[in-house]
Amino acid sequence: MADTLTPVLTDDWDAEQSWKLATYESRGGYQALTKALGMAQDDIITAVKDSGLRGRGGAGFPTGMKWSFIPQDNPKPKYLVVNADESEPGTCKDIPLMMASPHTLVEGVIISSYAIRANHAFIYIRGEVAHVIRRVQAAVAEAYAAGHLGKDIHGSGYDLDVVVHAGAGAYICGEETALLEGLEGRRGQPRLRPPFPAVAGLYASPTVINNVESIASVPSIVKNGAAWFAGMGTEKSKGFGIFSLSGHVTRPGQYEAPLGITLRELIELAGGIREGHSLKFWTPGGSSTPLLTDAHLDEPLDFEGMAGVGTMLGTRAIQLFDETTCVVRAVLRWTEFYKHESCGKCTPCREGTWWLVQTLAALEKGQGSESDLDLLLDQCDNILGRSFCALGDGATSPITSSIKFFRDEYLAHLTHGGCPFDPAASTLFPSLSSTAVGAQA
Amino acid sequence: MSFTQETLAELREIAGRYPQPRSGLLPMLHLVQSVEGRITSEGIETCADILDLSPAEVSGVATFYTMYKRKPVGDYLVGVCTNTLCAVMGGDAIFDRLKDHLDVGNDETTADGKITLEHIECNAACDYAPVMMVNWEFLDNQTPESATQLVDDLRAGKEVHSTRGPKLCTWRETERVLAGFPDGRVDEGPAAGPASLVGLSIARERGWTAPDTDETAAADGTGAESKVGAAEQADTSRAESETTQEEGQKNG
Repeated sequence: MADTLTPVLTDDWDAEQSWKLATYESRGGYQALTKALGMAQDDIITAVKDSGLRGRGGAGFPTGMKWSFIPQDNPKPKYLVVNADESEPGTCKDIPLMMASPHTLVEGVIISSYAIRANHAFIYIRGEVAHVIRRVQAAVAEAYAAGHLGKDIHGSGYDLDVVVHAGAGAYICGEETALLEGLEGRRGQPRLRPPFPAVAGLYASPTVINNVESIASVPSIVKNGAAWFAGMGTEKSKGFGIFSLSGHVTRPGQYEAPLGITLRELIELAGGIREGHSLKFWTPGGSSTPLLTDAHLDEPLDFEGMAGVGTMLGTRAIQLFDETTCVVRAVLRWTEFYKHESCGKCTPCREGTWWLVQTLAALEKGQGSESDLDLLLDQCDNILGRSFCALGDGATSPITSSIKFFRDEYLAHLTHGGCPFDPAASTLFPSLSSTAVGAQA
Repeated sequence: MSFTQETLAELREIAGRYPQPRSGLLPMLHLVQSVEGRITSEGIETCADILDLSPAEVSGVATFYTMYKRKPVGDYLVGVCTNTLCAVMGGDAIFDRLKDHLDVGNDETTADGKITLEHIECNAACDYAPVMMVNWEFLDNQTPESATQLVDDLRAGKEVHSTRGPKLCTWRETERVLAGFPDGRVDEGPAAGPASLVGLSIARERGWTAPDTDETAAADGTGAESKVGAAEQADTSRAESETTQEEGQKNG
């Protein structure tokens, strides 16, 4: 039985100048690369498969399996693309990882590229995080200078070039085929699949796209073995992951634990819900994962556990809201986000998210009638599974789940003629009422 | 104004980083903003010229992404996260206070050209809510009071530091970093902010670690063995249906 918290990816974050190559190497960094370069490439893929590592970007697709889909008899170049476009509301794990320990990612990129026989890799970082981009740029430059990148890496005969690419503000580019469009210098709109990127991805060549945390987990698997990784977690959700707690909790932050930990355990570690308040609702893995309530504190936070209660593990972005928060306001704001970020390619999502906002905004103001809840659910039904990519699906999650758990609260807006909550009460500065502000001024 | 030879060379250098030059377009547009203070017609035409695209194709890209601005941006692009979590924790109150304090609306610039205010979407720092960004550097754990002080300091030309990053530079200087030209500030700021370290600190206090390698049992081989099996394990019905469809096409 592993310890409650198992720092692996986060283990270097408290080291002095942890982002530097010298720090990383002094703590055992790049030893996995040396080991990997002495291994057969297929054996690395097998090790990642055997570890049970599943994609850490939300979908949970087995990483080693994804790598094995690359057709090695295809004469075109192979590419590795790291999805560092972390934008799912609530998700805040890849950004601190790249800021504190960019070499963990770079080492993972080199090993993973070697395994899939890619000579070019790209790290697509959302543009809105300048300092993270600086740290990754510098780590790549240091890796080149040390001979970890470039031609004939450490005499292995293997060549790899890595480009750090800054995005320009588009949530949709976290969708892997939209990301490829952005990386090809186009509008970030998703592509029809199949063909999948493994067959025809970047420049219509075989491409693996993995999340930052997935790739950053690879060096530890190569170094310690598949069995070590698989020894943590649950039966089908192996290994560790970073759980990001935010919102109305005493100590929000990053908690790296084996998959399968419960929210009750995490909240206890985090010092409880903020003093004097109680948990009302939470997202297990970002706003696109249907929300849960205080009835779900003991469900294992793994892929199967979350699927079992009608939601998804997603990115383990646990946003916690206490009883002061209006769920309708929360859901309306997320819905406005999806409307803003809809890329416009397909009608159900482009038009549907617009209508969702219209309907929800009226309800939030206390306008309309109870039948509008059915209208909302009908609108969701016309988007879910009918949109081109998962953005549209995700837009419906907060709405359908909140109506399921908090129908009465929607109705209270109608009987109250508006929102019955005081938004100041949910802020971290509850003295913020008009009189208190006036008194301070 | 026209681009200098040096800028033209840098634009070509960006395109040259990639196996196919068009891949450089996003960072090239960041460089255009760094030089011009916004996306200009000339910037679009220059990128189109270098990449052998039509200006309409480049314009189509420039208008898709929210970080590209068609109006001049102030020295400091001040963003307040008003996505749900930050909004609830105080982001809405901060944004309202700043609009009032600066006497500007969303996506507007103060008369002195110093500050452009906008509300932004989730910037991946939720454990530091409410979050603001100045020129895409983190300003964590803000309050209405700290936010007004921040913009006052910026307008007064005082030195301001990111709470998890370097001394703030101008928006145009940041855009140059995003174009892939490092500015030497990488070693400023901490490795991690306090919230990033809470779990690690608890593990250190209690002696919790990942297992030693010799403690672990052999892998039991529960990994997915086929593409369809893998898709069934994946956490979306979408992956499963698409893969089944693909297999069907292949076998059909």
